[in-house]
Amino acid sequence: MVTSRAYLPNARLGEGLADVRAEVGRLMSGFIANGAQPVEPAALLPADVLIDLYGEDLRARAYTTHDPVEGELMLRPDFTVPVVQMHMAAGSGAARYAYAGSVWRRQEPGSNRPTEYLQAGFEVFGGSNPAADDAEVFAVLAAALGDLPVHANTGDMGLAFAVVDALDTNERRKGALRRHIWRPQRFKRLLERYSEQAETSVERAALLQAVKGGSVMDLIKSKGPVQGVRTPQEVAARGEILVNEKEAAALSETAVKLVSDVLDLKSTMGAAAGQLRKIAPMLAATADQLEARADALSDAGMDAATLPFAASYGRTTLEYYDGFVFGFHAPDRPDLPQIAQGGRYDALTRVLGNGGVPAVGGIIRPEAALALRGGAK
Amino acid sequence: MSVLKLGLPSKGRLQELTIDWFAECGITIERTGSGREYAGRVVGFDNIELVLLSAGEIPKELAAGRIHLGVTGQDLVHEKIPGWQQKITELTPMGFGHADLILAVPNSWVDVENIDDLDAVAAAFRAKHGFRLRIATKYHNVVREFLLAQGVADYQLVDSQGATEGTIKNLTAEAVADITSSGDTLIANHLKILADGLILRSQATLFRSDVADWDSQASESLAKLLGSVGIVNN
Repeated sequence: MVTSRAYLPNARLGEGLADVRAEVGRLMSGFIANGAQPVEPAALLPADVLIDLYGEDLRARAYTTHDPVEGELMLRPDFTVPVVQMHMAAGSGAARYAYAGSVWRRQEPGSNRPTEYLQAGFEVFGGSNPAADDAEVFAVLAAALGDLPVHANTGDMGLAFAVVDALDTNERRKGALRRHIWRPQRFKRLLERYSEQAETSVERAALLQAVKGGSVMDLIKSKGPVQGVRTPQEVAARGEILVNEKEAAALSETAVKLVSDVLDLKSTMGAAAGQLRKIAPMLAATADQLEARADALSDAGMDAATLPFAASYGRTTLEYYDGFVFGFHAPDRPDLPQIAQGGRYDALTRVLGNGGVPAVGGIIRPEAALALRGGAK
Repeated sequence: MSVLKLGLPSKGRLQELTIDWFAECGITIERTGSGREYAGRVVGFDNIELVLLSAGEIPKELAAGRIHLGVTGQDLVHEKIPGWQQKITELTPMGFGHADLILAVPNSWVDVENIDDLDAVAAAFRAKHGFRLRIATKYHNVVREFLLAQGVADYQLVDSQGATEGTIKNLTAEAVADITSSGDTLIANHLKILADGLILRSQATLFRSDVADWDSQASESLAKLLGSVGIVNN
């Protein structure tokens, strides 16, 4: 229907539109009252930065278009990247931003999820007290949602990173595990591979032998002409890695169990730190951070004792978050997406700018919030 | 009342084999007019209209419901119609036009046997060269879906509509995802298939459009045709 929009029929004109605009205005005013300055990023963004960041998978989730001069462009799939870029361009430091507007997402065929929907967001950059900033962003969004029937969930991607760091294995394996933290299946497969002596194929055995005997270049040349950008030296270098890998000690059962125990941790925000200390005493620093955040949430008026916490929450859906993550969903409305969500993404700012800054933020879907409230009239 | 529109490949080996396949089922398909005219008929089926189309066009005609039935490759339907299952049904594979969509890398990559290796190489390649490892293909949707399910990162797809196996030598890609039947082209271009790099096994297939206008006459024609072919329609 031409007048319908995400989650709301008849909200592109008349009273329905007035409701949407009032809701967006209310959210923006709330964020601004909390010290944010309004920003308005472009809707068409250069595709290369986004693809570089999110990978080829993004093409299946965002709309791309082409300009003869500017090259490949993408319809804004979210605000985080352009807001971070604006912040970095302005010279970083501490700042808070508020924004609202459409984002566009390609959806699976047959899906009834909207391809265009509104987001209103609040981002805090360059803070010096991460726990307090995490708590504040959560509290600001919770306050904006008011008495809507939503349930909050929280998690912390930092636990996954910390348990990988704590593994008794080489740096290369840790790097490979970190790279796949957002892809649980491949992460699991890597862990399995590192914890068992894998069968060696005939071909692989020949390679390992050639590397050890110093004849790997001969082996490469015996396969025919060398072609392509990837050089024989790169092939040989990976040969060395494979020899080291073969000789590296397998991860112990205890280590693998530690990883799954930490990733499976389910608790409340208030009790999570204590549980983490019990199952993984070596992650004391991470537990301290959890505790500081729980305290900060209590100070901000949130009930940490009942707030659900799961270490793996957001691990598959909320890429680029690397610390605190949270979401608010409406249990009685499975047809609606999360009404609000957010998290910490310090690493993203490092990728996009020089040095990077601490950053935490979140968005509300104003149309979904209105639909939950009974819809625009 | 509507005639049943049957879309067949408009020329070449695929058309010949399709006509042979129907002939074996006792159905004669005749080309009419001059040899170059894209026209024909199904003997004994007055309510079936033959529509001769490029095999590459048949998937979207099926998805739009402009033809009721069509013969084309599974690879083309999977690639061109995302979510094809909601609009198109496979009635029967036809036993010819076999083609496998595979992932291949240079023979000189003696350190790469499978997708695990490819993923590890992609990470190292990106770190060294500053861009994502390029996989040349014309099957973007199918390949992306496959690699997503496999959890491969740090790659990009680059478009190649032909001579895909040459892209590595031309330095425009590091790996290819392409159709192979005999494997001869891969061998000639010094490429090898990854052990777990079979993305899709495809063959010519008789498809039914579920969104075409299936009125009683069209349904009757279908039942009669499938009766001859020996397929239970569901």
